[in-house]
Amino acid sequence: MSLPALPADAISLRVPVESWQGAVRAAGAALTAAGIAEPSYADEMIRMIDEHGPYVVIAPGLALAHARPGPEVLKDGIAVVTLATPINFGHPYNDPVSVVLALAVDSPDAHVALVAELANLFNDSTAITDLTAATTVDEVQRLFGSAP
Amino acid sequence: MKIVAICGAGIGSSGILKVNAERALSRLGIQADVTAVHLATLDADAAGAQIILTSPEFVDSIGKTNADVIVVQNYFDTAELTRKLQEALE
Repeated sequence: MSLPALPADAISLRVPVESWQGAVRAAGAALTAAGIAEPSYADEMIRMIDEHGPYVVIAPGLALAHARPGPEVLKDGIAVVTLATPINFGHPYNDPVSVVLALAVDSPDAHVALVAELANLFNDSTAITDLTAATTVDEVQRLFGSAP
Repeated sequence: MKIVAICGAGIGSSGILKVNAERALSRLGIQADVTAVHLATLDADAAGAQIILTSPEFVDSIGKTNADVIVVQNYFDTAELTRKLQEALE
């Protein structure tokens, strides 16, 4: 499988935020704009970090915000948000964060193929730097193999 | 051999660890069953696991285990993951 189509609505670039909560909310808003999740999914993503710490910062500069599958998820999908200024999530190694990916999936089983594609894109690559530098939605869509 | 990857939700970050651990293990020529799990069901799901893969935040939550706990810093750095798996399996 390839990554699900990344609609322009699911991408927000250079978003000004003042906290990690704001960064996660911006990613939740992009999911909602793209019809992937209800607005309350953002609360769930924030709750995961409140509960478990900033483990979602899985690589230098990148947070993979996500919550468990639930009624807030309308369909499988991802959203991409870049931040106007990098934000600390409190991670011991990978702060500050410039790119937030938000992931929403219907069922735990369905997500493995999707994250495998994310790994293909990000493993040992310049994708995080490229995303941080992106100034247009087109650039981001091309990077995700989702050019219009 | 059984390996589990832990995160708070059992999707997303643990899924990436699972996928990349499978790739690293196949590179090392090692057969293993890698499962993505979340903390709430850890005790049941991690029973008999030889290795637990996770991020620094979850180390304290894992509790008593006979498994080797591997803390991964950069989930997309396959060299880091391969090296740490190799060390644990030696």
